Amino acid sequence: MIEAVREFFREMAADYPTWNFVFFYEQTQWEKVVSGLWMTVQLSVICVILSLVIGVIGAGMQGARSPVVRAVVSGYIQFFRNTPPFVQLLFFYFALGQFTPTYSPDGWLEIPIISNVGWAIISLSFFAGAFNVEIFRAGVEAVPKSTQEAAEALGYTRLQIFGYVVMPLALRVSIPALNNNLVNLVKTTTQAFVIAVPELLYESVTIWNDFPSAQNPMMTVLFFAYLGLVGIVVMSMNKWERTMRIPGYGG
Amino acid sequence: MKSKHIPGIHQQNQTDLPVLHSFKRRYRSPSEIGFSEWLAGLPAWVPFLVLLAAAAWPMTALAQGSNYTTGQAFEALLRWIPFLVGSGFFLTIVISFLTMLVGTVLGVFLGLGQISQNRFIAKFCWLVTQTFRNSPWLVLLFIVMLSFPFEITIGDTIIPIPDWIKAVIGLALPIMANISEIVRGAINSVPTAQWEASESLAFTRFQTLFQIILPQCIKRMIPPWMNWYAILTMATPIVSILGVEEVLNLTRQAIEAEDNHPELLVPFYSFVLVIFFIYCYPIARLTVRLERRFAVKL
Amino acid sequence: MSNTPTWTPDQPIISLKDVRKSFGDLEVLKGVSLDVMKGEVICIIGPSGSGKSTLIRCVNALNDIQAGSITVEGQEVHDPDLDKLELRKKVGMVFQQYNLFPHKTALENVMMAPLKVLKQGKADVEERAMKLLAKVRLQGKENSYPGELSGGQQQRVAIARSLAMNPDVMLFDEVTAALDPETVKEVLLTIKELAAEGMTCILVTHEMGFAREVADHIYFTDRGVIVEHGPPDTFFDAAQDPRTKEFLSQIL
Repeated sequence: MIEAVREFFREMAADYPTWNFVFFYEQTQWEKVVSGLWMTVQLSVICVILSLVIGVIGAGMQGARSPVVRAVVSGYIQFFRNTPPFVQLLFFYFALGQFTPTYSPDGWLEIPIISNVGWAIISLSFFAGAFNVEIFRAGVEAVPKSTQEAAEALGYTRLQIFGYVVMPLALRVSIPALNNNLVNLVKTTTQAFVIAVPELLYESVTIWNDFPSAQNPMMTVLFFAYLGLVGIVVMSMNKWERTMRIPGYGG
Repeated sequence: MKSKHIPGIHQQNQTDLPVLHSFKRRYRSPSEIGFSEWLAGLPAWVPFLVLLAAAAWPMTALAQGSNYTTGQAFEALLRWIPFLVGSGFFLTIVISFLTMLVGTVLGVFLGLGQISQNRFIAKFCWLVTQTFRNSPWLVLLFIVMLSFPFEITIGDTIIPIPDWIKAVIGLALPIMANISEIVRGAINSVPTAQWEASESLAFTRFQTLFQIILPQCIKRMIPPWMNWYAILTMATPIVSILGVEEVLNLTRQAIEAEDNHPELLVPFYSFVLVIFFIYCYPIARLTVRLERRFAVKL
Repeated sequence: MSNTPTWTPDQPIISLKDVRKSFGDLEVLKGVSLDVMKGEVICIIGPSGSGKSTLIRCVNALNDIQAGSITVEGQEVHDPDLDKLELRKKVGMVFQQYNLFPHKTALENVMMAPLKVLKQGKADVEERAMKLLAKVRLQGKENSYPGELSGGQQQRVAIARSLAMNPDVMLFDEVTAALDPETVKEVLLTIKELAAEGMTCILVTHEMGFAREVADHIYFTDRGVIVEHGPPDTFFDAAQDPRTKEFLSQIL
């Protein structure tokens, strides 16, 4: 079966020289595509999770009593929300990367402890996290004080009020905004290209540099791969939104 | 601004049950108007502070072991400025202008298509809009850069297509999709009663759109449109990845031509930051001003 | 109540002595004293802004006070070492805006606090919650979400939610003020039944007819002080203070 598919694409490459789906019949190229896709998925998933964690912590810090803490968080948001993410990536990797310690496994090679993948994760998580802080904050503010008071009157502790009442409600109103931001994050993972993170775009470029005849097919795959990824995020978020919908409120 | 509620002192609102307040963000997202708000909100001296910090940087950080001084680095910068601005930044502006022009024209058609009564056209335009809004810019750029020919032949004349024209097309696609959403959003913000009123006065759908609806909402589209221009301009350096010789690319080349002294990095790149700021800052200020002025209730 | 050995049922279950409370410069309670005996129903009436709501919110420590003392079953409420959980088990409160948890069904709203706060067993709590919902005449609505219920129904769920904690005292803060006139009655009926069962109740209300019918004692507050108080008949028919008279003449 697999051999038949490979044969089909091999013949196609012979018949139509500009449509060489090299990665469908050559093992090494196929592995490149898969590892690129896997890297993109990993980047997306890890960054989504980290950015959500940053969002919750940041939203908590924004409600802090100390004006210094609040100013720090708001400075962070202002900086990361509005500068282009690829500039942030470059800044993290080249500027901060200079100051990170290195280790030497074999005595003469110096390897920084944070690799380019590491910096991409850090940078993209902080980028998306800045939006999440603000989204969660708005979600928490949408929960009326009086509802929290009712919980207080029933004897809930502060932590219980946050866990059982405020957060479940805040999350629900945040979903649409969160949806947009996470889609944007998946799109932005492509920009990790600038620091040579071997994600899908990067691997694609190496493939069409090696096989110029594979350009059209590779670009087609690339385009639909991202539409597919974004589609998965949008659909799962929509599904989540539907299951979380509170009967009787909103339309 | 609602003052803080003190129970028992202020009369509570009797009808609006506090089940959940509306979801109100303190900042608006960059793609709405937030980018311009942020840029316009910065004090004008910020980039010059950066430049000043840049001047101080090499003395402290990289002073050891090198006989290349900050003074020399700034001299080099001065020598290169006419070229960087006249050639590099000029191209940046040309790219941004053309991209906006192409993106707007296509985007308006697409946006009008989205509200078409023909279900097929509406669905198709919606699909195109969503596709290009949700694809990564870099992927679109790569695709356009590689799949467009470098020259076209009409009859005997060969018309070369330089890289930057292809960059314009690549960038115009996402801009088009976002303009399309602005147009659709603005038209939908006009109450349906307006459509009904003009329909009852025997206007055709076309007349209603162009004589009644668009005149009402065109002002609303201007600030978000300008906001997108600022976002686009700030994002154009991305095309340097593909070898277009705009300002960022030329800056890198200039540094290489000056023998790659590390002391050059900060002054040169800070300079790039400052010219972008000088160009985009007034636009952002104007955008925010217009947004406030046009914020009339329909 | 091992930590309140001094209290016996013949003493006031709730006692306020010269309570003062201010929000910044604004003094809302200017020395309020009142006693409530076990099983008694008292109504607090008065013009808006007279501090009635603040007063009962101080009783379960939702608001703190600047001076004076409030005791519940002999226990000082504004003692910094007070176990607020113990206090809130004893004192239930129902709000003007119901404040149900919108993401939980009626039954879950009633069950949540006993489960999460008191850590009681689920089967037990569920059985009690069903009974309470039946008691407030909401059988069949157990699985409805607050948004699917009318205001009056939501308010009765809120009463059941509060009762699920087995309180000794119930505070009602203008519980009918946000309701349609038709649904006011069903809520008042529920409260009346509760009072008839011997629950100690403090009500802040604008329903004068109801207050007269159900209360053992009426307190009239204005500008942070108790102007006049007495049994309902005396209070409504033979008010002494000119401020009370003026208020009653506007309302009745």
